[in-house]
Amino acid sequence: MAPQEKTKLVLLACGSFNPITNMHLRMFELARDHLEDTGRYRVVKGILSPVGDSYKKKGLIGARHRLEMARLATENSDWITVNDWESQQSEWVETAKVVRHHHAELISSEDNDNDDVDTVRCGKRRKLEQNKSICQSSYINTNADTPQLKFLCGADVLESFGVPNLWKPEDIEEIVGQYGVVCITRCGSDAEKFINQSDVLYEHRKNIHVVREWVTNEISATHVRRALRRGQSVRYLLPDPVVRYIRDHSLYSAESEQKNADVILAPLQRYTSTN
Amino acid sequence: MAGRIPLVLLACGSFNPITLQHMRLFELARDHMHQTGLYRVVGGIVSPVGDGYGKQGLVASKHRLAMARLALQTSDWVSVDDWESQQADWTETVVTMRYHYGLMAAQCHHSKDPPTNEQPASDVPQLKLLCGADFMDTFKVPGLWRDDHVEEVVGRFGLVCVSRGSRQPDRAIHESDLLSRHRQGIFLVREWVHNEISATEIRRALRRGHSVKYLLPDSVIDYIREHNLYTQESEMKNKDVKLRPLAMQAIQD
Repeated sequence: MAPQEKTKLVLLACGSFNPITNMHLRMFELARDHLEDTGRYRVVKGILSPVGDSYKKKGLIGARHRLEMARLATENSDWITVNDWESQQSEWVETAKVVRHHHAELISSEDNDNDDVDTVRCGKRRKLEQNKSICQSSYINTNADTPQLKFLCGADVLESFGVPNLWKPEDIEEIVGQYGVVCITRCGSDAEKFINQSDVLYEHRKNIHVVREWVTNEISATHVRRALRRGQSVRYLLPDPVVRYIRDHSLYSAESEQKNADVILAPLQRYTSTN
Repeated sequence: MAGRIPLVLLACGSFNPITLQHMRLFELARDHMHQTGLYRVVGGIVSPVGDGYGKQGLVASKHRLAMARLALQTSDWVSVDDWESQQADWTETVVTMRYHYGLMAAQCHHSKDPPTNEQPASDVPQLKLLCGADFMDTFKVPGLWRDDHVEEVVGRFGLVCVSRGSRQPDRAIHESDLLSRHRQGIFLVREWVHNEISATEIRRALRRGHSVKYLLPDSVIDYIREHNLYTQESEMKNKDVKLRPLAMQAIQD
């Protein structure tokens, strides 16, 4: 298949990134390799979207720092970027809305591109609009030039779809059904099982790409914070500039870990009260 | 950390190529040894094995040394040493340890006044072998180690062993009378983050054109690409060759 016939993809990862670790960055590399190995896709961009402070997760430090660390960590990447839209919203934003926002951005930047070439592309844009209305109910297929957006996550996120009140069912439906999910699984975690156990995931199983991570690399941010509190080395678990940034701003301490200690997670707060 | 025993950690291995995991071993071991309250880690040495080792897929030590040096450029306490890899034949680990210990002792005596009888070479740091849990299993492999060498490595110098994932190095100790006898010379470090970046998996990914970014330092990835180091051909090196220690043992038997 010629490169121009391949579907262009953008991968979006949401999370706390508190702090970003090499494992978060590996997820992008693994996903790109896997998708490009299928011969059907060309991954053109990765977006890291740190969650806002109003998410209220225990030990979540200010988005300003989490964004800066993510920027430092991706300095040497030619395709992974950091986006602050989600974290700049005044309230916690559902992941489905974040995905929607970035999809709209892709479409509008594509339209802007088209504006530059006016006449020739005009017909194309009309066609694009027609396509949009036709395909609204199933996968979002705009014209071939607009990249598809897929949600990149670890198996833990797939598993969290089953946690009561953490996700709205229609949001799961939208993310998995309309956009698609790329899920990195570590040894021992069973993504297939979660898919099988959830009706909505099973229905859209063709839209879920499961990527097996053969090199176990379970650097959890929780562990990194614990090591930092205890004055232990986290070198080679995080990029060096991030380790330096944490040290310069003495970011993770016993105090910072107590942030939001008795606060209910924003999604749980929102969905439990509406029930 | 006054009054603590100065300690140098030596890691022997293929480093084919060096990975972030290898460097993690040093960081974990240093933290652990400091936490004992007894030691002050003053240095770390990476000693890549010579080409005569005969391991399958082992690229030339020239490259393995260069990659290790690039990877450790930013470390202020771990360095690379080429003595082992420059020897004409494969060198037993214990021989490498003796060499480094001798070097340290000579440096100490040089810089100080000649040691008196009351104060023998007490500021010569101790030297311990740093290894991963898989290394403990090699003691069991028939013909790979001589008993008197194990005795010297564990009994005279000492071992710092970082356990990964599901490996149980305490089992390896339990199952060996020799290791059990020197139990106090073995420091076990538990790695809570499973981070099993094996060099074998790295070479496999490279052969298949997959990304190894964030598993190795960027400088090492650039070096591998520039020298086109890990290919189907390089993996066939030493394919039917007996590992040097096994071959030597066979001659002696």
